[in-house]
Amino acid sequence: MSDTSTSGLPRILAVVAAAGFRRHSTYRQATIAGAFTNTMFGFMRCYIMLSVVDVTGQAGGYDRAQLATFVWVGQGLLAVVNFWTPPELAERVRSGDVVADLLRPVDLMAMVLATDLGRAGYALITRFVVPVVVGMLAFDLFLPADPLTYAAFAVSVLLAVLISATCLHLVALTAFWLMDVRGVTMVWALLSGAASGLYFPLTLLPDWLATLLWVGTPFPSLMQAPLDVLVGRGSAALMVAGQVAWLAVVVALARVVQRRALNRLVIQGG
Amino acid sequence: MVEPYLRLLVAQVRGQTQYRASFVVELVFSTLMTALDVVTVFVIFSVNDRLGGFGGTEVLMIVGIAAFGFPAADLVVGNVERLRVYVRTGLLDAVLVRPLSALGQLVAMDFSVRRAGRVVQGTALYVVALVVAPVVWSPGAVVLVVLAPLSATVFFGAIFVVGATVAFWWIESGEIANAFTYGGRDFTSYPMTVFSGLFRRVFAYGLGFAFVAYLPALALLGRSDPIGAPDWLRWCSPLVALFAAGVAALFWRTGIRHYRSTGS
Amino acid sequence: MTAVIKTSALRKDFTVWHKTGRLRRQRRVVSAVDGVDLTVTEGELLGYIGPNGAGKSTTLKMMTGILSPSGGQVSVCGLTPVPQRTTLALRIGVVFGQRSQLWWDLPLSESFSLLRHVYRVPAADHAARLRRCRELLDLDAFLATPVRQLSLGQRMRGELTAALLHGPKVLFLDEPTIGLDVLSKQAVRGFLAELDARGDTTVVLTTHDLADIEKLCRRLVVIDHGRVVHDGTVAQLHAAYRSRRRVVVDLDAPWPADLVLPGASVERVEADGLRVTIALEDTTAGELLGRLAGSVALRDLSVREPEIDDVIARLYAGR
Ligand SMILES: Nc1ncnc2c1ncn2[C@@H]1O[C@H](COP(=O)(O)OP(=O)(O)OP(=O)(O)O)[C@@H](O)[C@H]1O
Ligand SMILES: [Mg+2]
Repeated sequence: MSDTSTSGLPRILAVVAAAGFRRHSTYRQATIAGAFTNTMFGFMRCYIMLSVVDVTGQAGGYDRAQLATFVWVGQGLLAVVNFWTPPELAERVRSGDVVADLLRPVDLMAMVLATDLGRAGYALITRFVVPVVVGMLAFDLFLPADPLTYAAFAVSVLLAVLISATCLHLVALTAFWLMDVRGVTMVWALLSGAASGLYFPLTLLPDWLATLLWVGTPFPSLMQAPLDVLVGRGSAALMVAGQVAWLAVVVALARVVQRRALNRLVIQGG
Repeated sequence: MVEPYLRLLVAQVRGQTQYRASFVVELVFSTLMTALDVVTVFVIFSVNDRLGGFGGTEVLMIVGIAAFGFPAADLVVGNVERLRVYVRTGLLDAVLVRPLSALGQLVAMDFSVRRAGRVVQGTALYVVALVVAPVVWSPGAVVLVVLAPLSATVFFGAIFVVGATVAFWWIESGEIANAFTYGGRDFTSYPMTVFSGLFRRVFAYGLGFAFVAYLPALALLGRSDPIGAPDWLRWCSPLVALFAAGVAALFWRTGIRHYRSTGS
Repeated sequence: MTAVIKTSALRKDFTVWHKTGRLRRQRRVVSAVDGVDLTVTEGELLGYIGPNGAGKSTTLKMMTGILSPSGGQVSVCGLTPVPQRTTLALRIGVVFGQRSQLWWDLPLSESFSLLRHVYRVPAADHAARLRRCRELLDLDAFLATPVRQLSLGQRMRGELTAALLHGPKVLFLDEPTIGLDVLSKQAVRGFLAELDARGDTTVVLTTHDLADIEKLCRRLVVIDHGRVVHDGTVAQLHAAYRSRRRVVVDLDAPWPADLVLPGASVERVEADGLRVTIALEDTTAGELLGRLAGSVALRDLSVREPEIDDVIARLYAGR
């Protein structure tokens, strides 16, 4: 604790992220099981999408290879961008353990985000790789020629991880007001699954609805944006800019909500 | 015979409904979640207005059977998923010293009413499908109309049990069962013609998922399987479901002998 | 006397994996129970003890049908536990001190009435047994409290009651006094003594509190590393390990170091030589006193019986 002053905040956060990474690396069997499941879903969704594309040669503006990439990389990203793991913080608020978190010399939200980045890093080298490799072996995937595209994809994935972690932090913060956050968690799961491009590319939706989702919600930033950046559909710069904007919005919102939540804790007790 | 289980169930449901607000929210949203699965099928359908060579009402027939079978199985035995927790923590000890079937107790102890909404929704969808789809009515079809969703339920129930039983051998089996339960639900909502290769052979015919909704729907619609399964096979779902239930029982019995409890 | 529990060459092996490197793991077989032969007759109250990890809980789990044995035989009430688990469950009661069998969210009284249906007990029998437990274990004060709000001692009394409501022939108790305060322990012991006195229930009790054993059990089985190392009465255990009585004497003048005491040995000299502990080996307290009276200035003395803790500690340490 005492070395807060000597080592800067970035170092502490790096240590926290490394701890998140290590912690998830101990769940080795669960990782294998998860990768298997993602792969099974990859096959299923890929065949479904290909059967659609094969009728006219394109679907929603993607050709065969692009759509295969969309599905398989999407299955890989599913574990990297946290969609479903319920936020641990909520449970800690309920049990009162959150008080211990508040005693730490680092901001709660910074800790949460750093931990999640560590988790995402581990998922990237395990659960991302497995379905993508299997997909590459079993199907013709679209591989962008421009190295810059990969760089843009990496940035976009990072932004997606941060946006998702921040949104989940918001979900967890509701625990300060609600006894039971399961309801809110389910709302999040419903929306983030349906509106992010996880179940189907958003371009298959009517234009007005797709546009509404892109402009009005952060969900497409979680999955559709990185995937579109990778397969080169639409303007990468525009999509990344959109993600940055959404990150700014959700972070600002989370700051406000967190401040209120902590005030509430201080005033009312745990 | 069932009375003790009912008592356990009632006791546990009473505990659940104590948190009323959360209960309602979950009931509503878990129903919406299931609706979303159906919506997904039709969003994909809408691209070409055909799916794997089938038209809208035909796809609806397939979706209808699956949309009843899965939630019904989930309602009845879906909570055996929690076996993993019981095995890891050794809580199964307490279950095993009672004079009731262990599976029955698990089902009754974690029964979750909020899953009921989806069954209602699935039933509605199936009824609509029966009305709008070009069903070729015959005495056999009438029997199948009743048996197909029940067989789907039994089949998915067996999948749930087998999936949960994995925990006896492999405690950290994590999401692996999901590949077959939730994966199976998605898989069975589509005509098998959209899949191909080894994947289709294994899942559709090897593991029997084609018998859940696709083949009985073909029988009701009076269509032959474009993939080439003989016509009589379309009527065999009840047998396949019974077989699956037998396999699940075997898994369960073997698994429970592998239970190692925990230290202390 | 009929045998209620019988095991022969009973064993249980656990396979455990050891991490030996980042990816390599090594398989190792732990014999938690390693050939236990045991016969418990009707009405007996058996103390089943041993150091941590000796295999006590594992034995009990095999007897109750939770674990299937890796080898050997076990029969309880004439039944084979695992295949006949549900039938057996009607005839036995089980309390695992570390783990609750009650319904967490329900008041104790509702847990009890739920158990009546689970075990299909006639209402009158159930009421009679519950009444007796309520009196002996003082349950009335917290019958309406949800189990999760009970203190450990209260919960344990509830667990004991729950295990007895269906009138089991055999009661398995795995550390029922763990973590209880003196009063709760006394309540539990008193209850078990009463149960034992009625003689119709066979009890197998594991515990680390040897006072439980001394107060309750005539027969004591000690296991270690999965094997029985002693089976007999507490007195036999003392004899086998040559437990000794001790005489503690207080003196007016310091102990003369050169004093020779045939058949006894000086164990400890304290308080600047004014207090001495002497263990009796081949002599009686009377003889020793006669000898002492002639050589030292006695102020006070006491005779101490051998303690079970000592003999057990020696037994565990000498393994
Ligand atoms: N589920 C299990 N998996 C692996 N090893 C186990 C398991 N249960 C028990 N063991 C091992 O078997 C041995 C005996 O354990 P057991 O719980 O029977 O001991 P015990 O005599 O009850 O000890 P204690 O007094 O500490 O409760 C121990 O070495 C323990 O580590
Ligand atoms: Mg033990």
